[in-house]
Amino acid sequence: MIPAAAPAILAERGLADRLTAIFWRRPRLLLGILLAPPLIWLGLVYLGSLAALLLQSFYSIDEFSGVVKQEFTLKTYAELFRAQNLDIIIRTLLMSAAVTLGCAIIAFPIAYYAARFAKGRWKAVFYLGVMLPLWSSYLVKVYAWKLILAKEGIITWAADALHLSMVLNAVLSIPGIGGNSLSTSWIGTFLVFVYIWLPYMILPMQAALERVPNSMLEASADLGASRSQTFRTVVFPLALPGIIAGSIFTFSLTMGDYIIPQIVGTSARFIGLAVYQLQGTAGNIPLAAAFAVVPIVIMLLYLTVAKRMGAFDAL
Amino acid sequence: MSPAAPSPAAPSPAVEFRSVSRHFGPATAPVKAVDGVDLTIAEGSFFAMLGPSGSGKTTCLRLISGFEKPTAGSIRIFGQDVSDIPPNRRNVNTVFQDYALFPHMSVRDNVAYGLMVKGVDRRTRDDRAEEMLSLVKLDGYGDRKPAQLSGGQRQRVALARALVNEPRVLLLDEPLGALDLKLREAMQDELKTLQARLGITFIFVTHDQGEALSMADSLAVFNNGRIAQIGTPAQVYARPRTRFVADFVGSSNVLPPDVTRAFGGPAAWSSLRPEALRLTAPDGVALSGTVTTHRYLGAGNRVTVATQGTEISALVPAGQPLPETGATVGIAFDPAALHVMEGEG
Amino acid sequence: MHSDRASIGLRLSATAGLLFLHLPILVVFLYAFTTEEKSYAFPPPGLTTQWFAVAWNRADIWPPLYLSLWVASVSTLLALILGTLVSAAMVQSRFFGRDQISLLILLPIALPGVITGMSLRSAFSIMDIPFSTLTIILGHATFCIVIVYNNAVARFRRLSGGILEASADLGANSFQTFRHVLLPNLGSALLAGGMLAFALSFDEVIVTTFTAGQQSTLPIWMLQELVRPRERPVTNVVAIVVFLATFFPILIAYYLTRDGAETAGSGK
Repeated sequence: MIPAAAPAILAERGLADRLTAIFWRRPRLLLGILLAPPLIWLGLVYLGSLAALLLQSFYSIDEFSGVVKQEFTLKTYAELFRAQNLDIIIRTLLMSAAVTLGCAIIAFPIAYYAARFAKGRWKAVFYLGVMLPLWSSYLVKVYAWKLILAKEGIITWAADALHLSMVLNAVLSIPGIGGNSLSTSWIGTFLVFVYIWLPYMILPMQAALERVPNSMLEASADLGASRSQTFRTVVFPLALPGIIAGSIFTFSLTMGDYIIPQIVGTSARFIGLAVYQLQGTAGNIPLAAAFAVVPIVIMLLYLTVAKRMGAFDAL
Repeated sequence: MSPAAPSPAAPSPAVEFRSVSRHFGPATAPVKAVDGVDLTIAEGSFFAMLGPSGSGKTTCLRLISGFEKPTAGSIRIFGQDVSDIPPNRRNVNTVFQDYALFPHMSVRDNVAYGLMVKGVDRRTRDDRAEEMLSLVKLDGYGDRKPAQLSGGQRQRVALARALVNEPRVLLLDEPLGALDLKLREAMQDELKTLQARLGITFIFVTHDQGEALSMADSLAVFNNGRIAQIGTPAQVYARPRTRFVADFVGSSNVLPPDVTRAFGGPAAWSSLRPEALRLTAPDGVALSGTVTTHRYLGAGNRVTVATQGTEISALVPAGQPLPETGATVGIAFDPAALHVMEGEG
Repeated sequence: MHSDRASIGLRLSATAGLLFLHLPILVVFLYAFTTEEKSYAFPPPGLTTQWFAVAWNRADIWPPLYLSLWVASVSTLLALILGTLVSAAMVQSRFFGRDQISLLILLPIALPGVITGMSLRSAFSIMDIPFSTLTIILGHATFCIVIVYNNAVARFRRLSGGILEASADLGANSFQTFRHVLLPNLGSALLAGGMLAFALSFDEVIVTTFTAGQQSTLPIWMLQELVRPRERPVTNVVAIVVFLATFFPILIAYYLTRDGAETAGSGK
């Protein structure tokens, strides 16, 4: 059946075979060819830009002419510590922390239910139910909340209908976080942030909870632990890496966002808005760059701590 | 491509390893997966590479197919050095351990793949694929997807796919490892028949000594990247060259030098097959010991006797009287059965 | 007590959480039909479909729409090429610097958009590069690479590595293996990655505000309307268009990858 004359080695047919042989002899060559375009792109466009950002932050602006002086100085960083700029940074950090906490609280039941009780079809429903809002248009979602929170919008109408206007007004009159309407108050900003970043908290939390074996919960129950004891001593510690992983997203995203506070909330500035306005209308690119370095530094610190706590296993 | 070397008078062996090594990792502290292997596999043989996992047998197979390149030494296929030849140009095909069937193609397209990439027209290659499918007794399965087949059927598709190119050497990487016992035995017979019918060289890798002994007409036992012994199954089984081979192939008693001497041999490591031992009454024999365990094996019982500070197993055929545990028995054997080994390793 | 049924409290809060995620989007759809022009009054005093026609006839909407489509298409194409290349390299072998490269790919979406945007802005300023469609695409393609990469890597991992070797073993050269084995198996994952990259780019506003200069993509047009409303019902209609333009690619991506282990959206 097999002709004895069949050659042990087949002839090379054309360029494709020759290139195949070259790649086979030098696997690093193929690796290099594959990696070169993306690395050149990311290296030049992205790392190059980050370097430009750092460079700009060490420049300063001439106060009289408004021209960027391309000389190394720490003057621009020193400006960050002016009271008004420090306010912006602290305000941003407080909001990021509050949003992270809010997300964690709302996300937990969803993640817990999806990880432990949802089966088959419902699992898919939960997955899509989190994935669709995560991916769908950011701007449309923010816009939806402007409609909802408007003074003449749904919340006011619902409060009226339920005879709860008193409660709404009471909430809005809380000094510091209240305001004329929800859409111009801190509460509004907070709500929208929580809404927008919530899926980023649910997913890692669910991933962490899915790794808790059911047998462990049952063992805890068998040993006579109540639901709340089981939660405190078993579920929560095991979910913690997921919560930290989620908090990396919610914290970082809140810190860098400038669209939401511009559309919903008081006109007080956040880091993102400061960056945007400084580089745009004010034309102070060095200070804008220095402001943009702040979230990078904070996130680096945050990541270092999170890594120590094992958050990356849950990503 | 014309053969580089003029054809010698004697036919070239199918595969030849000349001091082949394959090292991984840094040159300063390499992991020697294959370490100075010399090997000659005759054309038309059914050759087994036997060894525990990590012994270098699979790396040797991958060196033949071209998925590994030797760090040193050279490999010849039918007399031609293949150091510079990528896998796609070696007329050698492989049945992979996990079958590696193309999940997106029908069974027919899987089998015809080798012909398609060679530019054979669709009619011809479909006909050939059907032929191959019928060779492996899968007529009528051509339209299915691999996912719709059982493990045994996938195995056959992998076989048909590898044979469609009419390779001169077929490599099989633990081909039966994923099958259950009964299917495995049936496939062993089938592979053997198929090889005899096609007349091409089969080289297969296995860690199952029973499989190697029953299927191969010669085999190499691998240990730590080196070949511990090459020979026919009967040679390797009856006369293991080293302690490792005696231990790994079959269930020999391996006797340390002092026990060998007590048994009437030289002061060297030796092996003794359980079936060569007879258990007798304790009186009138040079050796005796205490029965520690028996294990029922169907065709007989394997009785372990403690003697001379070691344990020795004897096979007592079914129907013969079986000594009780704890009884003292004599041990007799044909002195010719005591095989003195060359080395320890 | 830990049976397979969740407590009422848990079920209620999980359901409420999901509703919280979805109901607000429906509000946008409702408002697109309201007869009220000047405010966001709820409930709408009446319903009408006239705003769709009004929006259709607004000349200032079309150029941003075309620009967004163009930018998203080119960015997706670039991200597909670069993301596939890098995932093929990363899966194929272990090499020095591998972890650093995966961090580099992830960074553009791991850091807030304002940083990516401001970095690009700084670079353009230092190098005196004028704003153009190209500067928008530079930014978008950069953060889209990771989307394609994630999808492709997940699929690569799930593929039995043996099939590429099997193809070469059967005589296929690298290009035949790519065309007949790799591409068909990777195809749906790449398509899913491309869909998500398109959705992400089409919708992106933060990085774009730093790289667009005077040009408007559809999200930037929308943002301007939100900050300084001119004709609110038209904004509602555009919001629906933007939503649908991202919703369907996401849904398709989900169906393309749902039988696999890869989660289409992990790490937007």
